[in-house]
Amino acid sequence: MKILTVAFKNLQRKKIRTFLTIGGVAIAVAVLVSLMGFDAGYQKSLTNDIDKMGYQVLVTAKGCPYEAATLMLKGGGGLRYMEQAVFDKIASDPRIEKISPQLAATEFDKDRQNGQGGIILYMGVDNAYLGLKPWSKFKSGKWFSSEDADEVVIGYEAAELEQRSPGDQIFIPNLNKALKVVGVFQRTGTQDDGIMFVPLKTAQRIFNLPGKLTGIGIKLKDIGNLSDFEESLYNEPGIQVISMAQVKGTIFNLVSSSKAMTNSVAIIAILIAVIGVVNTILMSVFERTKEIGVMKAIGASRLDIFQIIWLETTLICFLGGFFGDIIAILGTNLVEHIIRQALPYAPAGKLVIIAPTLLLGSFLGAVVMGLISGIYPAYRASSMRPVEAIRSGD
Amino acid sequence: MNNILIKAEKISKTYILFAEEVNAVKDLDLEIRQGEFVAIMGPSGSGKTTLLDILGCLDRVSTGKLKVLGQDVSLLKESALVKIRRVNMGFVFQEFLLIPTLTALENVELPLLFAGLPQNRQQAVNLLEKVGLGKRVNHLPKELSGGERQRVAIARALVTSPKILFADEPTGNLDTKSGQQIFDIFKELNQKDNLTIVLTTHNNKLGLQAKRIIYLKDGNIVSRQESSLFV
Repeated sequence: MKILTVAFKNLQRKKIRTFLTIGGVAIAVAVLVSLMGFDAGYQKSLTNDIDKMGYQVLVTAKGCPYEAATLMLKGGGGLRYMEQAVFDKIASDPRIEKISPQLAATEFDKDRQNGQGGIILYMGVDNAYLGLKPWSKFKSGKWFSSEDADEVVIGYEAAELEQRSPGDQIFIPNLNKALKVVGVFQRTGTQDDGIMFVPLKTAQRIFNLPGKLTGIGIKLKDIGNLSDFEESLYNEPGIQVISMAQVKGTIFNLVSSSKAMTNSVAIIAILIAVIGVVNTILMSVFERTKEIGVMKAIGASRLDIFQIIWLETTLICFLGGFFGDIIAILGTNLVEHIIRQALPYAPAGKLVIIAPTLLLGSFLGAVVMGLISGIYPAYRASSMRPVEAIRSGD
Repeated sequence: MNNILIKAEKISKTYILFAEEVNAVKDLDLEIRQGEFVAIMGPSGSGKTTLLDILGCLDRVSTGKLKVLGQDVSLLKESALVKIRRVNMGFVFQEFLLIPTLTALENVELPLLFAGLPQNRQQAVNLLEKVGLGKRVNHLPKELSGGERQRVAIARALVTSPKILFADEPTGNLDTKSGQQIFDIFKELNQKDNLTIVLTTHNNKLGLQAKRIIYLKDGNIVSRQESSLFV
């Protein structure tokens, strides 16, 4: 028999109490893992999302809300339009490597999402769009046959949702218009997965917005010219210039304030768990005063008693850390769903990324928490004097 | 019979109870030799348990000199006393005080764990057989009767092969029959194994079966006698 056996059997004495204490630690660890996983995942997928737009600068019509890029990506109202002439003027700038005019339009489809209705984002683009996104590959089908064909190329998720493949038709009820599906993209992990692409000219025609654009994506030959280039566009009337770095920064700022909140929640959860553990173990030490006394009488040293109680605490936190990791893994989707609702802008990729190092780190953190929480109760137990402990309550 | 295991000279124990000084043991002289079977008797509050605790190195004297196995323990700290206790002394208590989460066998092995001695399972089983619990080794204390629990406690006290066995009211929580059975075990250990036994009891019928009886009153010995009933 080992000291560990004695400690482990002690924990089995009051199973519900032990279970609840382990549960408290597990929940604290799960909250910590989820939040840290969110920190990592959000940063990564947001960066991925914005970098994979393929352009560093977005030009929009003046008056478009500041988070224009968000709207461009997510859909929704408030879109402002600019004239195609702006595009023609900018496009000749020699500093530009690639430039892509875009016309976004949203349609509410009441049959979407099992009758709840949903917004479908149509994006009018020209052939330059593909040039900005060399990583876009067709899962099936191909690009538009002409610049004003009544055709649509669908992002991966939109195709899944609509159950469409090349040859099928997409019907836009509000316009009473049908488009032919010619291609479906492979998954990119960005917002593109949910978009219906149509030729720019077709979009201008069917949405009745002739010569209008909502945005122009621009990739420069040399990123070092970015601020110069932005400067030169400030004088253009009726437009505003948004650099993607700026958008990223804005979104990070929006999120970081809520991150501070959630991090304090995690810290509070851990503190409560520590207090719970200390309280439980102290209570069980006092309940076992006589047992501790008799163990000392029959030869247990202070160190022996300290070890038993310390091990009990550490075991609780060890198990709490283990189950906390499991809860965090199982709960990823739920957390993802909840956070997605709460965020000002949620990128398309995984929001919560739980890396093995995070799991291991949190688990070890829980064990360390156990080692620390156990010190005081173990000290109290080891300080009991045998006679007083044995005769207590007589 | 001349081998002195414990020698107490003018020992006293004073403690504070409800802001009042209590002299639990006063200027007491006592010698305990190898192979003795001593019963400490006396009314409640006469200092029996305090004296037993002191002799068993569970508690320290306030004044006086106590020698255990030739070593002066009067001034030793708890950390030093525990080292003397765990290899030289075995303890049996009125309330048995087994660890409820451990089986009979594990309870018996526990002192070996603390003493850092090799845990010989067969030795522990043998001891349980010796006290008549050969078929109960894997039972938890709650599955045993009071008498059986006290037998486990005796086996636990014997596992480190101590020189002295201390028992504080070992039959106090048992019925007459179980009490006599436990007492018979003590007598047998004393006679067959020549184990020195010191116990407290206020059961006259049992106490008188010891070889030597010490009556305490107000913390001091009022009468010493050799028992004639010892068989």
